[in-house]
Amino acid sequence: MHMADAMVSPVVGGAMYVASGIAATYSIKKLREEDNFKKKISTMGVMGAFVFATQMVNFTIPGTGSSGHLCGGVLLSSILGPYAGFLSMIGVLLIQCLFFADGGLLALGANVWNMAFYGCFIGSLIWKFIMRNGMSKRKIAISSILGSILTLQMGAFSVTIETLLSGITELPFSAFLVAMQPIHLAIGFVEGLITLSVLCFVYEARPELLWNKKEKIKKEARLSYKKTITILACLLIIIGGGISLLASSNPDGLEWSIERITGNTELETRENNIYETSEKIQETTSFLPDYTFKDTESSIGTSISGIIGCGITVAFLVGLGSVIKIKRKKEKVINE
Amino acid sequence: MNKIEDAIYQVHYIDNNSNNNNILNKIHPLVKLIISVIYILFLTSINKYNLTITLAMSIYLIVVSIIGDLSIKNCIKRLKIVLFFLIIIGIANPILDRQVVTFIGIIPITTGMISALTLILKGIFAIISSYFLIVTTGVENICYALKKLHIPNILITIFMLIYRYIIVLLKEVQKIWIAYSLRAPKQKGIHFKAWGSMIGSLMIRSIDKAEVIYQAMELRVFSPDNFFMKNQKIDRTSIIYFMAGLLLLLIIRFIPIFDLIGNVFVH
Repeated sequence: MHMADAMVSPVVGGAMYVASGIAATYSIKKLREEDNFKKKISTMGVMGAFVFATQMVNFTIPGTGSSGHLCGGVLLSSILGPYAGFLSMIGVLLIQCLFFADGGLLALGANVWNMAFYGCFIGSLIWKFIMRNGMSKRKIAISSILGSILTLQMGAFSVTIETLLSGITELPFSAFLVAMQPIHLAIGFVEGLITLSVLCFVYEARPELLWNKKEKIKKEARLSYKKTITILACLLIIIGGGISLLASSNPDGLEWSIERITGNTELETRENNIYETSEKIQETTSFLPDYTFKDTESSIGTSISGIIGCGITVAFLVGLGSVIKIKRKKEKVINE
Repeated sequence: MNKIEDAIYQVHYIDNNSNNNNILNKIHPLVKLIISVIYILFLTSINKYNLTITLAMSIYLIVVSIIGDLSIKNCIKRLKIVLFFLIIIGIANPILDRQVVTFIGIIPITTGMISALTLILKGIFAIISSYFLIVTTGVENICYALKKLHIPNILITIFMLIYRYIIVLLKEVQKIWIAYSLRAPKQKGIHFKAWGSMIGSLMIRSIDKAEVIYQAMELRVFSPDNFFMKNQKIDRTSIIYFMAGLLLLLIIRFIPIFDLIGNVFVH
């Protein structure tokens, strides 16, 4: 779809430079607002080179005997986002124009618009819309194919308009359109298939590399330590302090069984020093016997005992977990 | 496979040539860029039926090739892609625009034929001029010229990074392609079942490579807003080249030299 210099008049070429220049300026501004923009620059450079290199590979189109190649706009925006993807595509198009005669210096503005603008901005809009409720392979497939077809159709339409406005062909608008759109429908479909297969592979292997996916992972799976502790503390108060009030006063399963056999929930202890000693220790240490304050039936005692019980249990589990973690680390160091 | 080899060769060839020690290579990159852009603007602004002026624009290319000792042999391969597209666009002109202008023998020459020929010539000349620019200037000097034209540093950095890593990635693709061809001989392209895994794994490797590059850039206190480029002064030779180039372009674009020469012989 690269337009040569001969296909555009200076006026059309200049106008397209202005349009692409505005999009590039806006992209740079938005890119600078991103937190890790310096880091992104290296990724943009290498991804641009990647797109360029993979354009050299032919992909067999199943059942046709022919082959196609990648254009890269939709792929770049799915990884880098619209702004970084657009700027990378400008770099790729400039190299193609200077080194490989794909396009021209005057037509560069038009080529950037036709291939990079639609591919990255419209492609990313489609991607964002489809992925708004989460990502899946099916959604990646729809987004890749739809994005590639639509953006290539838009690009081909723009080529038609720009060429006709430049007045270099005698072809009527409708005939030119008929010549351009169907072939780019097929090209777009192949491009979509290649893009989807690459993106699905990345989704399986390294989903965090996909655009808009990182934030989702952060939100879904990663909670900060502070937030985790706060949530646990709230739950502790709600369960221990509130729900414990609703605790049944009926005996639990074991007590119920014992009651059925002996007529009492507690077994009579034998006259044995060990039992007596342990009972005494328990009476001394348990500051909330039967889940309430000593010598009182107040419900506040039940609540407080619930909270304290939960707290002690959590502390015990966290401590146990830490001990296991330290032990594992030590074992790992020894093994290494 | 040939495409990849060609691309690697082209990049190396342009890199080597831009380091040659001839007059044209020593001209200030900004001057060469401006002259090339003016040439393309003049060329594309020619009326589609004005074949003689279009042909006259080749004088500039001949002069540059003599000064810079440049051959267009290497450029011919580049023309194939553009010629194909231009012929498709221009082929309708002789069919739809059939007003006869003159006859060569018994063959009628129509305005459609002239406009199609002009279109093809413009395409060829524009490509040759861009080729002469890059082959005598090199990417780093082009970037320097772009910096002087106040193109944002981010764009220049990305452009330079892409250029630097093209060879690395092309060689990686080449390796992958050789390995694949050995396992799947006689296959025209990569089978669709291998599309994702082959290109996807290359992409993941590329992104990991970018991480290492970023760390190296950080260690060298990289900043996209302030990167170093050796300052080049516009010397006397460059000014003369600019003046002479501009004058030549004005003459061949606005004075119908070929018509005047033809008239001398006809009268």
